[in-house]
Amino acid sequence: MAAVIQLVSGANIAPAAPTAPAVTSPAPELPPPAPRGPAWLRASGPNPRAQAAARQLVAALAGLLALVALWSALAAGTRLPGPGATWVSAVELVSDPFYRNSPNDQGIGWNVLASLRRVALGFGAAALVGIPLGFVIGRFRFLGDAAGPVISLLRPVSPLAWLPIGLLLFRSAEPSAIFAIFICSIWPMIVNTASGVQQVPREYLDVARVLRLSEWTVFRRILLPASLPQVLTGVRLSVGIAWLVIVAAEMLTGGVGIGFWVWDEWNNLNVEHILIAIFVIGAVGLLLEQALLLLARRLP
Amino acid sequence: MNESKFLSVERVDVIFPTPKGPLTVLEGASFEVARGEVVALIGHSGCGKSTLLNVIAGLHTASRGGVILEGREVTAPGPDRAMVFQTHALLPWLSAYDNVRLAVDRVFGKTKSKAERHDWTLQHLELVHMAHAAERKPAEISGGMRQRVGIARALAMQPKVLLMDEPFGALDALTRAQLQDALLELHASLGMTVILVTHDVDEAVLLSDKVVMLTNGPHAHVGEVMPVPLARPRERLALAEDAAFTHARAELLRFLHAAHPARAA
Repeated sequence: MAAVIQLVSGANIAPAAPTAPAVTSPAPELPPPAPRGPAWLRASGPNPRAQAAARQLVAALAGLLALVALWSALAAGTRLPGPGATWVSAVELVSDPFYRNSPNDQGIGWNVLASLRRVALGFGAAALVGIPLGFVIGRFRFLGDAAGPVISLLRPVSPLAWLPIGLLLFRSAEPSAIFAIFICSIWPMIVNTASGVQQVPREYLDVARVLRLSEWTVFRRILLPASLPQVLTGVRLSVGIAWLVIVAAEMLTGGVGIGFWVWDEWNNLNVEHILIAIFVIGAVGLLLEQALLLLARRLP
Repeated sequence: MNESKFLSVERVDVIFPTPKGPLTVLEGASFEVARGEVVALIGHSGCGKSTLLNVIAGLHTASRGGVILEGREVTAPGPDRAMVFQTHALLPWLSAYDNVRLAVDRVFGKTKSKAERHDWTLQHLELVHMAHAAERKPAEISGGMRQRVGIARALAMQPKVLLMDEPFGALDALTRAQLQDALLELHASLGMTVILVTHDVDEAVLLSDKVVMLTNGPHAHVGEVMPVPLARPRERLALAEDAAFTHARAELLRFLHAAHPARAA
């Protein structure tokens, strides 16, 4: 309290007094809590949900604005293109996303689609193998114990380490990139599916035992619906990883694709295009994630 | 066959392996159940009464001894010993109807036509007064209603014996009383054999023909078997001041709190 009084009287020239006494002294009358958020938002109406949404939007815009500001500051002192130059370049690029001049010079749309195609193939194969594998690993304890160490050993391996193995096996760049995606995106689906199956309440399985349900019926009527939310979490994480991996893999394998495109523009010293590619990669990843979240919410 | 030996539990030992060595939960537990009888298994928590019920269900294997139902030893779970779980164990993604229908399809898939199985499912939902909620999911109905559907599912299997593991333990007192009355009503019309695990003295006396009292674990065994000499049909309000009811209740309380008091929790 003493410090407060000194502050109010304007006599506080010395550094602020320790605040400990203020804690032990009786609490002063508090003013009514100030409404949160800027005044123009508070006045916008009595609908609290609209207010919350508006507040979130403002925060999101503020964050993006901060990013652009930081970027401008960084660009001012270096050879990094600023937001303005990048914007001009982006407008030009996006106005014709599907041109084809040569195999190595295609519109950004083709590159993104080529990458998405590889992700779909690699990730799709991983889902076809990984989800059933997760089910048996989660269902049968021996298999789970057997698979545990193998998964723990292989899961942390970088996607790029798998690429030479893919080249060796397939003797071609295209399937190697898909192989790298397959092997990197399979783990979250195996692990999440298995853990979802292991967490199925014991009573449900007791019901199955009392009814003497066949293993197939147990899977279809109990395990699958009970573990579906966690399976989808695995799928979502896997798609994210697949999209991370593709950029790195394409840088090495070449061809058409957003990862190759980034590397190609680096060779062309077109840094604006690299920055645009970073935004596009981020946006596509965000859309993939949101689409899967939407799917998960749609489920019963 | 001797009717008093419809089902017999014979010198059942259950030994759990623990990090500190084997733990003998039950030792030499024996009792008999006659056809159509309601038997309550009572004891303090942790005495192994649910474990014993699981042994009868076949969900747990006895380390020694066993269970004989109609002259055959119980070796695995089966729909002839339908279970009503304390946590109802209804599948949350299925409607009340579909939960019952799953059991009906499994048990009568080969002996009843599709239409008959549909009728059978609805009949059993009606039996527990849940036909109006047939299309609702477990999350959309109350705890008491869920337990009614759980009972309907078990009865729809047409079991030889209905096993109930503290079926009303998670319900509030008023709902519990309603469900107890519902069980009395079901027994009056169907005459099914019931083994009911409970720690509620009033529930044991109200519902059962015989109370099997377990001593405290570990090494729990059947301490006493008390017949409940109350005529059926039973009526909750009339029994409240019935001398035989009060006496049976007092006997049980004496067993639980004087002869075998619970260890400090």
